[in-house]
Amino acid sequence: MAEPRLPESLIQSLGEQLTPVRRLPPAWLRTLGWLLAVAVIAAGLLMHYGAGPMMHRWSAAPDIAIAGVGAVITAVSAAWAAFTLGVPGRSWRWVWLPLPSLLLWVGASGLGCMRDWLGPTAHIAKFNEASDCLIFIISLSVPLSALLIWLLRRACPLRPVLAAIMIGLASAAASAALLEICHAFAVAATDLLTHAMAVAIVVLVNAVMGGRLLQPALK
Amino acid sequence: MSDAAAPDGDTQERQRAAWMAAAQGGDRRAYERVLAASVPLIRAAARRQGVVVDQLDDVVQETLLTVHRVRHTYDPSRSYDAWLSALASRRAIDALRSQGRRGSREVHDELAYDTHADADDATAAAEREQEAGRLREAIASLPPGQREAIEQLGLKERSLAEVSAETGRQTGALKVNLHRALKALRARFHGEP
Repeated sequence: MAEPRLPESLIQSLGEQLTPVRRLPPAWLRTLGWLLAVAVIAAGLLMHYGAGPMMHRWSAAPDIAIAGVGAVITAVSAAWAAFTLGVPGRSWRWVWLPLPSLLLWVGASGLGCMRDWLGPTAHIAKFNEASDCLIFIISLSVPLSALLIWLLRRACPLRPVLAAIMIGLASAAASAALLEICHAFAVAATDLLTHAMAVAIVVLVNAVMGGRLLQPALK
Repeated sequence: MSDAAAPDGDTQERQRAAWMAAAQGGDRRAYERVLAASVPLIRAAARRQGVVVDQLDDVVQETLLTVHRVRHTYDPSRSYDAWLSALASRRAIDALRSQGRRGSREVHDELAYDTHADADDATAAAEREQEAGRLREAIASLPPGQREAIEQLGLKERSLAEVSAETGRQTGALKVNLHRALKALRARFHGEP
């Protein structure tokens, strides 16, 4: 059976409009580009605060270091998943990639929190200190999310909300990891709650806005 | 694509991937071949999603336009068929959603038709005039390129070559504008947002 004429005429007209295109760089390369921006911010914070206080806290409570490593791996894997989800045909199961490191991050943070409950010798975050953490994470997540969205502008995520959740998770995890450099105190219940709230806000805002920001090609 | 050679599915898929890779570099012949070879795959993906036969052409058209817009996202080291099927499935779901919206309105229209008293000739003429007015209004609200395409090619029934010569636009651009205008008008008169 002959195909209908409509596709034939459309194919011909699309052929007439064909121009060479620049392929989307691989997901790992775009992840690396975003991590470069995170590394620049980290270098700036290290120059300002020095690595001493962070190392001191880490040696006193290794679980904080483990939580920090978990946050860094979560940022890397969530960004990678976001870029991969921007390519049609790739599996949505990439959203599970950041899960192990997310569990490590949350688990190690919770362990630090329990330690403070059992033997509260460390400096416990007061409300205003905890709210500083909230402001730090959210205000740093905004430009980091914006950069990820900009890097995804030529992509075509067919599940934009999942991609947006990955963007939110990557930027919130990177912000929380960067906060480790200038954190003045050990993780406690109030601080952990603030961190969780900040991460949730960043992920939620990204999820709500994701559909509108991430699919210009499908409109 | 000719069926005479009848290469196996794997070879065919590799061929489509190679054509698309060449198309990304600007090879028009390869592009037209891969798009033509994509039509049955798009139809199959749409049917899998439950699209009815009447709507298959719409899904094919929308998917081909999407492929054109996002062709830079195809990675030649990966499956072309998986990339295309994902786009076709998405467009099929869009079509089913818009059909669902239309369907809910059409039920009301049918009820109204059954219960409405027969209109006299004067009323029917007034309704026709109203519909023509709505159509004129809808055409006027289209973007300039689409309005021009539908007025010149659709209403005045002039040839592509004539319109192209007069407006200086490429025939391909005129055809795509006509497709988009028809889609926008269909959406408007079927009650979609």
